[in-house]
Amino acid sequence: MIKNITNLGDAALYCDFGEDVNIEKNLEVIKYFNEIKNLNIDGVLNITPSYNKLIISLNQSLISFEKLKEIILKIKINETTNLSKKLVKIPICINDEFSLDLDRLVSKLKLDKEDIIKTFLSKKYFCYMTGFIAGMPFLGDISDNLRLKRLSTPRVKVPKGSIGITEQFCNIYSFESPGGWNIIGRTPLKIFDKQNQFKPTLVNPGDDVEFYEVDLKEYNNLNE
Amino acid sequence: MSKLFFNIIRPGINTTIQDLGRNNYHHIGLPSSGAMDKRNFVIANKLVGNNLIEACIEFAYQGPLLELVGGNIVCAVTGNISFKILRKNLSKEQGICYKSFSLQEGDKIDILSTNKSVYGYLSIKDGLIEEKHFGSYSTNTKAKIGANNGEKFNQSQKILINKNNENYEIKSLKYVNSKIEFIRIIKGTNFNYFSKLSQNKFVSDEYKVSKLTDRMGMRLEGGKIENITNTNIKSEGLVKGVIQVPADGKPIIMLSDHGTIGGYPKIAVVISADYDRLTQLIPGSKIKFKYISLKEAQNLLRLYDIETENILNQIR
Repeated sequence: MIKNITNLGDAALYCDFGEDVNIEKNLEVIKYFNEIKNLNIDGVLNITPSYNKLIISLNQSLISFEKLKEIILKIKINETTNLSKKLVKIPICINDEFSLDLDRLVSKLKLDKEDIIKTFLSKKYFCYMTGFIAGMPFLGDISDNLRLKRLSTPRVKVPKGSIGITEQFCNIYSFESPGGWNIIGRTPLKIFDKQNQFKPTLVNPGDDVEFYEVDLKEYNNLNE
Repeated sequence: MSKLFFNIIRPGINTTIQDLGRNNYHHIGLPSSGAMDKRNFVIANKLVGNNLIEACIEFAYQGPLLELVGGNIVCAVTGNISFKILRKNLSKEQGICYKSFSLQEGDKIDILSTNKSVYGYLSIKDGLIEEKHFGSYSTNTKAKIGANNGEKFNQSQKILINKNNENYEIKSLKYVNSKIEFIRIIKGTNFNYFSKLSQNKFVSDEYKVSKLTDRMGMRLEGGKIENITNTNIKSEGLVKGVIQVPADGKPIIMLSDHGTIGGYPKIAVVISADYDRLTQLIPGSKIKFKYISLKEAQNLLRLYDIETENILNQIR
């Protein structure tokens, strides 16, 4: 449930669902997101769900902050509603060229390469949100023993398709971008497809993701 | 039927096509984009009799040198811009902003610079032939979407133009872009992450616009903002105007092409009424901030919108 609604500047509502980050909380955020989207409220410009927050930006000449807050506070979410979700299987190629931080992970986590890869591939990950850059999925939670901070100096360019981990999360760089996550491998799949305007993102909030390993030859065959 | 287009002889530093931006896609990582200075954008359209939302050419610092091929058009330039019209018969004319003018086949328009400002607009009567992506023409070079396949313009490219309706009259406006004295801000959702001293210093000190400023964000140089709570937050949605402070204590203002999610604490948000003029501040400009309330910001936007409306109505 929304614990508190404040303003983010003069043109956005900041809905706070509480401090903790977990799948149950995030599912609530996603349900609110879906509900508000379905209401098609005149003057709502963007609705941005994240782990435990929902930000709703508005056009002040069409709806006031106060009026929109009133509408949001009245929304009732059905706790038992199931979200439509899918399992997305994503190939990952792990080698010296693509796995930019595997050696760093080995030394910092004090684990063998094989252990890191095996542990990483053994779990199904939940998609909490998409964004930052187009289509980038924020996935979790990775195993306790793989958790590591961001690079202290972020890379200026992380190659497109790179799969990175930090703390309890994992993401996929849908475009070349600056970034500080620990890069473990690369996927040949197109994560954001602008030609498909109705369904441009491969992974959506609420989906599950499984990674499977491919070698360089398969990577090149699959490369989109 | 021959095609009507601009031949790009020099593309300029950052020449893109923009409209009023795209909505409804923050949740998949597409920011609003759109014209940085929306007031100058709508004035440009009104001057050539277009619908106010028609896509225009936006340029920054040094603009493009364009040659018209295939017919005649009416266009207008807004902003604080130095430009020349190079006629086919080799005569040169000094360009005048806020006044529509006609270009004949073979004429060139040379947009030399945006004076003490960053962005300017070239509107063309009846608009451009381009493709919309996700509901908008606005070019977003990060996600490679919008007009020109999401890229800024390069040399030797063409900008296709709709055939201009022959009937037109020259329209003009007396307008001077005003300088902004204070950038007014509303306290951010992580305001209390910062020390009392820093909260106060943020509005008493002067900040300088850094060279590392583009359509995504404006970095500021000045007194470091001291975080006494946590230099990271759980990543969450952003809107334009949000001022994030990373661990190094140097504030960054989110501009129209910002990442849709961010994990740095937010000290403040620039009010909507000051956004157009904020984006026009060149690197090296000094900024002073001033905290105001939500109510005041809402009133200021109402006034700003009325003022824009009045300016549009003065176009004759």
